[in-house]
Amino acid sequence: MDLQIALLLGQDGITNGAIYALLSLALVLVFAVTRVIFIPQGEFVAYGALTLASFQAGKLPGTLWLLVGVGIAVAMVDLMAAVRARQRRRIPRIIGWNLVYPALAAGLIFALNPAELPLLAQILLSLILVVPLGPMIYRLAFQPLAEASVLVLLIVAVGVHFAMVGLGLLFFGAEGSRTPAFSDGSLSLGSLTVNAQTLWVLGSSLCLIVVLAYFFERTIYGKALRATAMNRTGARLMGISTVMAGKLSFLLASLIGAFSGILIAPITTVYYDTGFLIGLKGFVGAIVGALSSYPLAALGALLVGLLEAFSSFWASAFKEVIVFTLIIPVLVWLSLTTHHVEEEE
Amino acid sequence: MPILEVDDLCVSYGKVEALHHVGIRVGEGQIVTVIGPNGAGKTTMLSSVMGLLPRSQGVIRFRGIDLGDAEVEDMVALGVNLVPESRALFGEMSVEDNLLLGCFHRYRGGDRDQQQTMEEVFTIFPRLKERRDQHAGTLSGGERQMLALARALMAKPRLLMLDEPSLGLAPLIVKEIFRVVATLKDMGVSILLVEQNARAALQIADYGYVLETGEVALEGSCRDLIDDPKVVQSYLGLGGKH
Amino acid sequence: MSPRLLIAGFVLLLLVAPHLVSEFHVTLLNYIGLYSIVAVGLVLLTGVGGLMSFGQAAFVGLGGYATAYLTTATSLPAWLAMFGGSPWMGLLAGIILTATVALLLGLLTLRLSGHYLPLGTIAWSISLYFLFGNLEFLGGHTGIAGIPALDLFGLPLKDSRKFYYLIWVVVLLAVWLTINLLDSREGRAIRALKGGAIMAEAMGVDTARSKLVIFLIAALFGCISGWLYAHLQRFVNPTPFSLNMSIEYLFMAVLGGAAHVWGAVLGAGVITVLKQWLQDWLPKLLGASGNFEMIVFGLLMIFVLQRARDGLWPILARWVPWQGAQRRVAEAAALPRKSLPEAGTVLLEARNVVKRFGGLVANNNMNLSVRAGEIMALIGPNGAGKSTMFNCVSGVDRATDGEVLFCGRAVTRLDSREIARLGMSRTFQHVRLLPTMSVLENAAIGAHMRGSKGVIQALLHLERTEERQLLVEAARQVERVGLGGSMFEAAGSLALGQQRTLEIARALCADPCLLLLDEPAAGLRYMEKQALAELLRKLRGEGMGILLVEHDMDFVMGLADRVVVMEFGEKIAEGLPEEVQRNPAVIEAYLGGVE
Repeated sequence: MDLQIALLLGQDGITNGAIYALLSLALVLVFAVTRVIFIPQGEFVAYGALTLASFQAGKLPGTLWLLVGVGIAVAMVDLMAAVRARQRRRIPRIIGWNLVYPALAAGLIFALNPAELPLLAQILLSLILVVPLGPMIYRLAFQPLAEASVLVLLIVAVGVHFAMVGLGLLFFGAEGSRTPAFSDGSLSLGSLTVNAQTLWVLGSSLCLIVVLAYFFERTIYGKALRATAMNRTGARLMGISTVMAGKLSFLLASLIGAFSGILIAPITTVYYDTGFLIGLKGFVGAIVGALSSYPLAALGALLVGLLEAFSSFWASAFKEVIVFTLIIPVLVWLSLTTHHVEEEE
Repeated sequence: MPILEVDDLCVSYGKVEALHHVGIRVGEGQIVTVIGPNGAGKTTMLSSVMGLLPRSQGVIRFRGIDLGDAEVEDMVALGVNLVPESRALFGEMSVEDNLLLGCFHRYRGGDRDQQQTMEEVFTIFPRLKERRDQHAGTLSGGERQMLALARALMAKPRLLMLDEPSLGLAPLIVKEIFRVVATLKDMGVSILLVEQNARAALQIADYGYVLETGEVALEGSCRDLIDDPKVVQSYLGLGGKH
Repeated sequence: MSPRLLIAGFVLLLLVAPHLVSEFHVTLLNYIGLYSIVAVGLVLLTGVGGLMSFGQAAFVGLGGYATAYLTTATSLPAWLAMFGGSPWMGLLAGIILTATVALLLGLLTLRLSGHYLPLGTIAWSISLYFLFGNLEFLGGHTGIAGIPALDLFGLPLKDSRKFYYLIWVVVLLAVWLTINLLDSREGRAIRALKGGAIMAEAMGVDTARSKLVIFLIAALFGCISGWLYAHLQRFVNPTPFSLNMSIEYLFMAVLGGAAHVWGAVLGAGVITVLKQWLQDWLPKLLGASGNFEMIVFGLLMIFVLQRARDGLWPILARWVPWQGAQRRVAEAAALPRKSLPEAGTVLLEARNVVKRFGGLVANNNMNLSVRAGEIMALIGPNGAGKSTMFNCVSGVDRATDGEVLFCGRAVTRLDSREIARLGMSRTFQHVRLLPTMSVLENAAIGAHMRGSKGVIQALLHLERTEERQLLVEAARQVERVGLGGSMFEAAGSLALGQQRTLEIARALCADPCLLLLDEPAAGLRYMEKQALAELLRKLRGEGMGILLVEHDMDFVMGLADRVVVMEFGEKIAEGLPEEVQRNPAVIEAYLGGVE
């Protein structure tokens, strides 16, 4: 391998690594706040990418119907709960977010012709459809089980993953899609040519990380999420409800997921089930951070991206094997540094 | 009208009943204390009033209004705050962030006076001002208790419930904490104080209840209780049957 | 109706089934059988043991590919040659391979928090899937064809009706072995893993080993199912060993009833039939082809976990008037007892014990000793650090500084399990019982160290004599503490005071020379306290040493020989009960004061 190839592979690795890093941050966040190991993270990647691809192909994405359907389900469940608890003042909010919002989104998409719109508007429309699914899914699948054990939540997460993959197949078909690059052209840095999409991915990921860091360090909602992760009861006593924290963390996770999908859609062909593997690579990063450290998780994810890029050069058939074997040394290290009998919930 | 009325409160853990028909009242602007030996159900009572634990029977009224099955968040919204025995601080956050989160509910409701409230709280706890950038987890036991109290004050509570604020603290610090509790009363906050440290509690409170094995064994004004030999007995088992 | 009768009926049904249904349905039954074997392993691992694996399909794959490769390869490397040609050698090789992988994965992840095993097995599952698909000698994605049929005692099992019997014999065997294992000394330790690990360790159970055992068994069940699959299908490719299949296995176990062995068979049946049916209907309904049953399965899982977390089996079982479990304890010879040290010998000595949690000092320079034949009480106000001291002494926690000697040996750095083996037994302040297990079985966990028969004997029920002895001992201690009337009731149905008493019975089952009791009288009524005091006096009379943490001063004062009083993590007084009671510092500590 010469320097040229190494630089090219490094560029590939860092691009993918940046996406994995975003996903691993979302995974750590969701686990810390809700104790859910968020297996369906990858489906949001696929939904984001494929919804955008549908718009560009002039098709109506199935995620629109999903949003409408899930919205109706959430509205029904929440309305019943509100009536039972005699909290009528909550009703307008419930109807607004779960029925009016999806209807507006549908109206917007029917009124505009998304295929004709500029890319930025298409991206926004995709996010409008996919991102609210996160908190809605939290409401339907996880909120009733908020006190359950990590393992029960994990099985539910796998259930959601199954349902979302199946629905993805129904909505988008078995064919993969690739969207055009955000902008053409490339940048020459000495002997290295960096193509524009790489810059988009790196720039956007970096922006998103900075925004997230600001959110967690500087805003009261971000601090409230961190507080919930540290001490649930303490947070509740401050009036930070577990439900709000759960929905907010799922919102961030679905935003990160869908946005990552939109970023990689021009680089790789995305199929309805591609997201899962991408999400799992985020997990490998998150495990490097022991599911609790954000910087370590991001670093681990970058490592995953680089390892993947270089192993695809040396042993492309075994690239996945090599990437997933990375967690073994990490587990060895974790298990050597942990010494206690743990009580399961 | 009392700010808090608890009637006929029963709480069970599984099949085991921990509180049997407990009734207490906290008058507006009063300090009311619930004392009793370990395992008497004091913490259970507070948790249940706060909405952390479901009750099997009983009515809780706040300023005359039946609270029904209010959850913790609803209680905070009404102006009821609990400082639990564990303090429940956010250990990896700064003192200032801990305090800020004390305002979380009011912030959501549109209040933007956090900085001013924090300065007010700092006048009561000058030590916390010195430590404002330090992580809560690095504070000493007494400072932690002060932070827990200060954090609850950030919510501008009408009723403050304190669970064993003197637990595990050295006498000097206990004195300091009780001085603050007395100050809060002067500021118009009603206080429900659960304590093992019976003497200290009875000295600053207006009215007291002695809880024993999940039942109110004795109640009265603190002046009467402080000299009641039955209180001593209930704690030490002195003059018992051996 | 007795369970035996029901099982006999089920077996009879299995016997005649292939003669009543079509070839297609026999094939379906064969698959249900194959899946059941895997699901039974998952019930043991997940439902009972509380561990989760997403690697079961990969273990099935190891079993399948091992035999496929070894029976079809034309030229094997020399070191593998001895395994070549025969399906039985293929099975052996598969078992060795599976056991090795499972052992490795288990050692890596089982010491970590519960969620590392599922994450580790996901990674392993994906890796193996891609390996199967990319290794030349395993046929890549096309797989390996031409696997020979099984030959059982000269009878070739070429036809699926014949194979059916072999599969279901294995299913019944797996069920039988698993039920046997759970109903044994090792089984009680396994059942304690979910929610009782700290208690089990304090009773001398090596929980890490128990976890490894069930992970191994579950993996081996998977491997055997894979071996059967390979010889039934006579062809293997990577698809049926993917992560998705692992998830379906998990769904089977959860749907059937994760904690019930027969529930695995039920879950495998329901999922397999449902899948068949959905694969027929959904594509027609949706007008497209694909694995749309995933949607239904996913939603079904969410629904089951929200509404019926224990799965279908308990719901079905409610319709059957079971005659209930065993209601009497058979007779057996008493277990041998350790001889107790002579009264007055120092059993336990804590020297300058310090325990810090972060910046907080919970115990500071604590000294105390307990002799054989005496009751020593450790008292003090709430938060004084008594329970922390208890945990340091018994190895549940580790002292930051200082030394603990037990029977003359330094035990400061030992685990609670090792200390328990030396003859110290304890109860917990917050009762740690297994609420769904019977009173008798809860007590029997205490006798764990007094048995020696291992997993293999338990699987085959070759340890019945010892098991009876253990149960007799447990029954004796349950009677002794006065719970004889509720011997077969679920421990969770006892009143709190009785649960504390049961903790004492469990501790006594270990045949200790030193008994550590953390607030044994809390929640007891007056008469019960009297009875407890009587029991403790009797144990003292027999020469046992007792260390007691208690709040009830009345109880302590009438009972203890010596008292140590703690406040702020330090000892503030020590002496005879009467002295301590009159000590102004003690009165101050208990009642408090501001002056």
